[in-house]
Amino acid sequence: MGPRPFRYERATSVADVIDCLRRGGANARVLAGGQSLVPLMNLRLVEPELLVDINDLPLAHLRRENDAMVLGALVRHQTLEESEEVRALCPLLSEAAGLVGNVRVRALGTLGGSLAHADPAAELPMVSLALDAQLVTEGPTGSRTLRSEEFFRGYLTTALEPAELLTEVRVAVRQPREGWAVEEFALRQGDFAVVAAAARVQLNDEGRVDVVRLALAGVGPTPVRAQGAEDQLVGAPANPRRVEAASRRAAADIQPESDVHASAAYRRHLTYVLARRALTRALARAEEATP
Amino acid sequence: MKERTRLSISFELNGSPRRIEVEAHRTLLSVLRDDLGTVDVKEGCDEGVCGTCTVLLDGRAVSSCLVLAPRVHGARITTLLGLSPDGRPHPLKEMFVRHGAVQCGFCTPGMVLTAYAFVRSHPQTTRQELRKALAGNLCRCTGYAKLLDAVEAYVREVCSVR
Repeated sequence: MGPRPFRYERATSVADVIDCLRRGGANARVLAGGQSLVPLMNLRLVEPELLVDINDLPLAHLRRENDAMVLGALVRHQTLEESEEVRALCPLLSEAAGLVGNVRVRALGTLGGSLAHADPAAELPMVSLALDAQLVTEGPTGSRTLRSEEFFRGYLTTALEPAELLTEVRVAVRQPREGWAVEEFALRQGDFAVVAAAARVQLNDEGRVDVVRLALAGVGPTPVRAQGAEDQLVGAPANPRRVEAASRRAAADIQPESDVHASAAYRRHLTYVLARRALTRALARAEEATP
Repeated sequence: MKERTRLSISFELNGSPRRIEVEAHRTLLSVLRDDLGTVDVKEGCDEGVCGTCTVLLDGRAVSSCLVLAPRVHGARITTLLGLSPDGRPHPLKEMFVRHGAVQCGFCTPGMVLTAYAFVRSHPQTTRQELRKALAGNLCRCTGYAKLLDAVEAYVREVCSVR
């Protein structure tokens, strides 16, 4: 079938994108990798009148700045998955990117696109919560830096204003004694996860949990942070009993919906199992990571 | 009547330069099949899920149903025919035949191109990695085992001895 006709603009700068979006109004969309947008256009579920192509902008950068990793919005999933630098400095991002879609999606899909699309079952929005990522945007009134937790507002809905562009993502680099893991359950490899969990844990010198972030996907209209579970682990030595209790808490705290893919009760069960697996694997990695 | 943008794009298709006038909303899949007669690219799901419309864009496997025509300007596109420029079957194709990895043939072009691109960038690959790399290409006939056998044999018998 293919997309309905639209007006096409190839943006030459961020200012140009903002200008095009402002003139295009509600019916303008940004084209990055197109791996979420074009399927919706092929199905005629989305029919933009103006498409603003940002692929020529210099936003595919990847660099370390002190204790942060700075990633341009056009960094492709395949780069996150395979770049030695990302694997070393932000392994949670690499592990998650390898689970996105299929090889073809990963070749073209972008970090910024995945976050701005904000599918509640997607890996990267969930991981951005686990990493407490900072999202940099540019819009008509200038630049803003948002925390991931402020960014995801609802189903496929973010804090981005109509003429605003997500340009950069900043995440803390991996610390000594920090472990990470992503776990997901999908009916087929490459499908959206029914439920997914991402864990990041940092131990102190006594082996107690110093920092822990647990994020979940597929359990609500946005990715969510399992704060109740985190609170049960912080400051205590991490052992299987505590991980078990924290995972039960994560499952108890969510309000999942039933849909064609899974019942609410099944999503709750998956949350418990996947949180436990993610926390267990993250803790094992934290324990073997030498300062 | 919605506004539309027409543009002229130049790209390389299987080694030959092409220049066409096209509307921006057209997909690469539609341009290849409907405008250029490149019917070794198959149309399946139109959602990027099945892998039958896989082509190589600058050497990387992509879903041509999800690439809009303007993004092809200046690119190198390779379809299955482009793997055999001299008309002799590519060794990977021969492995598909030898291992019975082809039944109805509809998924074959996408499967061969995906495997070819992945093995070229991961020459030391394992069967487990191949399973993940080919997971996005659906086959409704073979049950996948013979496909993996064929690609694995290609890695072992062709690539490693070069």
